Amino acid sequence: MSENLLNEFTVFVLAIFIGFEVISKVPTILHTPLMSGTNAIHGIILVGAILIAATARDPLQIALGLVAVILATINVVGGFVVTDRMLEMFKGRQKPTEKEKTPPPAPPQKEKTSG
Amino acid sequence: MTVAVALAYLLAAVLFILGLIQLSSPKSARRGNQIAAVGMVIALLATIPLLHFTAAGIAITIVGILIGVPIGAVGARRVKMTAIPQMVALFNGVGGGAAAVVAVSELLLQGSHPVFAIAFPSVFSIVIGSVSFAGSLVAFAKLQALVTGTPITYPGQQIVNGVLALAIVALAVYLVAVASTPVIFVPLLILGLVLGVAFVLPIGGADMPVVISMLNAFTGLAVAASGFVLGNFALIVAGTLVGASGTLLTKLMSDAMGRSLGNVLFGAFGAATAGPAGVAGAEGRSVRSGSPEDIATLLAYSRKVIIVPGYGLAVAQGQHAVKELADELEKRGVEVEYAIHPVAGRMPGHMNVLLAEANVPYDQLKEMDQINDEFKSTDVALVVGANDVVNPAAHNSPGSPIYGMPILNADQAKNIVFMKRSMRPGFAGIDNELLYDPKTVMLFGDAKDSLTKLVAAVKAA
Repeated sequence: MSENLLNEFTVFVLAIFIGFEVISKVPTILHTPLMSGTNAIHGIILVGAILIAATARDPLQIALGLVAVILATINVVGGFVVTDRMLEMFKGRQKPTEKEKTPPPAPPQKEKTSG
Repeated sequence: MTVAVALAYLLAAVLFILGLIQLSSPKSARRGNQIAAVGMVIALLATIPLLHFTAAGIAITIVGILIGVPIGAVGARRVKMTAIPQMVALFNGVGGGAAAVVAVSELLLQGSHPVFAIAFPSVFSIVIGSVSFAGSLVAFAKLQALVTGTPITYPGQQIVNGVLALAIVALAVYLVAVASTPVIFVPLLILGLVLGVAFVLPIGGADMPVVISMLNAFTGLAVAASGFVLGNFALIVAGTLVGASGTLLTKLMSDAMGRSLGNVLFGAFGAATAGPAGVAGAEGRSVRSGSPEDIATLLAYSRKVIIVPGYGLAVAQGQHAVKELADELEKRGVEVEYAIHPVAGRMPGHMNVLLAEANVPYDQLKEMDQINDEFKSTDVALVVGANDVVNPAAHNSPGSPIYGMPILNADQAKNIVFMKRSMRPGFAGIDNELLYDPKTVMLFGDAKDSLTKLVAAVKAA
């Protein structure tokens, strides 16, 4: 095993542990945005797509490179934008919640009026 | 790789990790996504010094990005919130496809007798990437109702899938160990695509979130493998992070359904169990059905109502109507809360996203463990388009396929109102005892229509 490969393998194994550790703390309500966010992060394949596209010479390489860049770009851009759209809504309702919603002491009052 | 590039990749990796950490809290989640996006931009910019463009190379890179950006951006902006899961499936699929194509391209460059350190990850990336690509497209088609959401099964299906998988392994071993020409990747790619389709077809619509999550992890691993092929650390780190987190998320999701992952993937759930027995039972017993006015009166004069939203609400896009109903009830002094089952909607957290879109306040959304003890002191449990997540069979019937699944204790409420389109069983395909409970009133119809009628009736009550 070459030294470079050994380094890559070390990074790979450590990243597995970080991936598990980071995710185990995410509350259920954020699982959909989380899935979408990680989905955007594997759009890093765009780096790989550009690496192979850059050196393309023959028609087959050109075709493969073009397909890879298009697919990977859709993954990155779509992934981040759709995640941001989801999370935008979470942020948007924090403030009105505090202003509009009645504070905790209210429920007992409500019970009296309806009873 | 120069030192500067390596450091920039390290910075990108740190930003990805920080982004994921911030995603773990609702307050910082959006910033977390943005931090990860910054990491992505840094990784892309850092790659530029590594590129030695040919004339064709620079052209296809620019054209490819110019084509991909509008597709991704417009797709993500236009998609309705209810269609988010299939959009995630689609974005995931193209990522898997890209990983496979990158590996194919690099393998071809190696010529005959590629070294093991290249051949092995290439083959892995090609197989997993193509499975993820094809599987995600099937998941998309199922959720978009382009093909039926019910499991598609045929005799000997598992055997066929098993043979497919074995053929792939055999071909892969041959390619890595023996083959002198990399062209053998073509059948490998095709078999991967076929397996992706064959693997997802027998899985029902309700289980699609678990499958998408798993395919998301697959794509991450395929990307990491492509990273090994190219010797690129950014791909290895980011791909592995996604692979690990996606695997854990997949397990959490199947746990929430009270089933093993194996059961989700190979059980063809909802196909066999929706037999005639359930239907006969439905016809044999009486069900109480109420008018919107009756139910509005019941709700308006309650002290506490818990709304249990489900998949049907998402399909009918009734999230705004349900918020309107809750507002009307609150005006009358009724305490309203929402009980969110972990797998309500189409993905964990999906229901929260939908209700957030309708500006339902955070503090009214209660997770299962928080609210399950409150049903006892609740006047009305209003079940909107949910079924399996309140089925007491999960507690009472050891023979039931959903026995052991954590459910919301809606059966403990003083009254239960079911808003459903029909008496049809839910995704699990099993009858729900609660529908025949004397405490239960049914309101048949599209969730959104029924909610609108209820709002009008509550205003008049």
